[in-house]
Amino acid sequence: MQKIILSGNEAVAQGAFEAGAGLGIGYPGTPSTEIIEVLEKKAGPQCAWSINEKVALEQAYGACVTGLRSLVTMKHVGVNVAADPLFTFAYMGVNGGLVIVTADDPGMHSSQNEQDNRWYALHAKAPMLEPSNSRECRDFTALAFDLSERYDVPFFLRMVTRVCHSRSLVEIDPEKAYQRQIRAYERNVPKFVTLPAHARARRIILEENLTKLSKDAEAAAKANVMEITDRDAGIITSGAGYNYVKEAFGDRYSVLKLGLIYPLNQGIIQDFARRVKKIYVVEELDPYLEFNVRAMGIECEGKKHISPFFELNPQAVAVSLEKAGLEPLEELDPAAKEPAAGVPARPPILCAGCPHRAFFYLARKEKVTVVGDIGCYTLGAAPPLDGIDVSACMGGGYSIALGMSINPPQGKKIFGVVGDSTFYHSGITGAIDSIFNKRAFVPVVLDNRITAMTGRQQNPGAGRTLSGEDTFMQEPERIFMAVGYDRVLEINAFDLKGIRDAIREAKEAKDRVALVIKSPCRLIKGVEKGPLMDVDKGACSKCKSCLRLGCPAISLGDEGYPVIEPLTCAGCGVCGQLCKKEAIQVNDEEVSG
Amino acid sequence: MAQGTKRVMLAGVGGQGILLASRILCAGLIKAGYDVKSSEVHGMAQRGGSVVTQLSYGERVYSPLVGAGAVDLLITLEKLEALRYVHFLKRNGALLMNAREIPSLPVLTGAVDYPQDIEERLSKYPISLHTIDADGAADKLGNLRVMNVVLLGAMVKLAGLEGLVDWPSIVAEAVKPAYRQVNLKAFAAGASLV
Repeated sequence: MQKIILSGNEAVAQGAFEAGAGLGIGYPGTPSTEIIEVLEKKAGPQCAWSINEKVALEQAYGACVTGLRSLVTMKHVGVNVAADPLFTFAYMGVNGGLVIVTADDPGMHSSQNEQDNRWYALHAKAPMLEPSNSRECRDFTALAFDLSERYDVPFFLRMVTRVCHSRSLVEIDPEKAYQRQIRAYERNVPKFVTLPAHARARRIILEENLTKLSKDAEAAAKANVMEITDRDAGIITSGAGYNYVKEAFGDRYSVLKLGLIYPLNQGIIQDFARRVKKIYVVEELDPYLEFNVRAMGIECEGKKHISPFFELNPQAVAVSLEKAGLEPLEELDPAAKEPAAGVPARPPILCAGCPHRAFFYLARKEKVTVVGDIGCYTLGAAPPLDGIDVSACMGGGYSIALGMSINPPQGKKIFGVVGDSTFYHSGITGAIDSIFNKRAFVPVVLDNRITAMTGRQQNPGAGRTLSGEDTFMQEPERIFMAVGYDRVLEINAFDLKGIRDAIREAKEAKDRVALVIKSPCRLIKGVEKGPLMDVDKGACSKCKSCLRLGCPAISLGDEGYPVIEPLTCAGCGVCGQLCKKEAIQVNDEEVSG
Repeated sequence: MAQGTKRVMLAGVGGQGILLASRILCAGLIKAGYDVKSSEVHGMAQRGGSVVTQLSYGERVYSPLVGAGAVDLLITLEKLEALRYVHFLKRNGALLMNAREIPSLPVLTGAVDYPQDIEERLSKYPISLHTIDADGAADKLGNLRVMNVVLLGAMVKLAGLEGLVDWPSIVAEAVKPAYRQVNLKAFAAGASLV
């Protein structure tokens, strides 16, 4: 055995590998992405990026029907996309084990909401394990496969950002070889075809299985931990919350850590309540455990003390429960009570040379109403680009725009903007609807050939699969033409005049026009920088137009002249085209840079 | 909080090499036999935004995450980020700051000025402040990118961890062979700056 440090995501991949998973599939989304990437590098399971979470879950289910153990990963909002089949798969049950990772993002580090996906377990009747550290990520992944097969039901593994992206020690056997677990496939129509009559029968079987699982003492012992150190006060918690409770209070109070958070083992919770007088519940986000414990007739206090939003941490838990009368191990003695005032913000920003920048700059300049979407290009909303009016969810860039076009502000066409990966994920459906319902709408694809925000994952436009194999390269132009658009304007993402003309043309067009703004992401390996740009102070009129690009390479320097930082400049040339005085030119001395 | 646990926080700007510095530190502490937990932020926060990693080590560590007011040692790869996160330090904590200034978006566009009084403001906190020019040291070595390892060298010295393990071998293992020599020099240069 060997002790190594792994992130929670790496540990889930390790667990799936050790459990003999035959398939790892998902749609990239922070904080879940690395699980599939790490699993793919281990020889054994077949791994793939799917086009969206629903398609990923359905493929994972299909593989499980044939007898493979299947792992499917997504971020919390991805489960919304996959929810349709999820609820029915719980009725149908599994053949090979099926484990669904939901990676939640309390505090919204990289998400549009912080929904608490523990409710999905209760709602879809899919059992859920919640690990608190990397060791448990590994162990619970294997346990989830076992229990999925034993109780004939898909299993959730619920992670949060601070479990996915925290690193801690895991003991592994580096010699352990991959051994694919396969069960035989048997045709079973009453189980796998959900006609209402079949579904009603499966509904009863599901309930029986859940009841059995909730009473499984062996499973409970593997997942839940009871630490009785005090008779007066005890804390019920799970996942990341456990880490914060232990760091804040050590062994001072009794703790019940629940790893199996659906279905809850009522026996262990009642046992804890018998041994401890006063019970507190510490959990991030919603009062999921608190509601369930109360429903068992057990008195407890949770959200009365603990914040119902954003992340917790040991100090926040200590301060909250100190007010309730508990004593933390350490008295907090901060260097300052408040953050320093007046510190300029440092928001994320489109990279220097990003092919999305010019479009948003021009969309704002041309006063177009833009509905945006989820990806790097959501940053097109930030000042000074300020190029997005509405943005909510994957695919919404088109569909919300269609709705707005029914009652368009200023009576103008609405532009919907998605990236290439989002186009394949759920943009296409809105594009087809716009033709069907004859909406005054212009679909735009910012096509950079990669899923950039999550770390450059392959998508159907990349021409390569996750494992690097060549595959058919989709082109949004062909898809637009196939679904009924009359024309597709393809423009180089760094051609300022070309983009401006295309926006104007599409705005006025009477026929059905789509825009594809093309250039690969600068972060893709092998994509080279252009010639560096420099400011000619003699020609510069200090109009500051170039600063409106919000490029990290351009700043306001001494005497009001803009300065281009050569180490940051990617040579996209957009600033040079924008400058009316032609004061920004290729820097001849640094062309080789 | 668990007795004897030390809490370290690194803050900087996306792309400055904060994850590598944090991972090298983790590797050394693990080699020394400590329980270690660290927390990183990925995704949108990395697009040139403010980036933070936290790391706790001790006999038994539960939480990878540390709240405000509880950090023993804050290392910032940029000055504005020092001011942004100084309240994470506990009283008498140490701040190791790289003297580098990187303008953030509102500064780039001229909406606000980069604060000119950061050192003066920081000196009023009940902490020990150590400012070094890690970029300058890296530049002298001919590779600006090793600035993170310069700071790491300074941090290890400042925290009194230099005798804990054979740090050069830990650093060498963590970087590509072609960059071993320059990183080892950077680590040594950092130690000589505090």
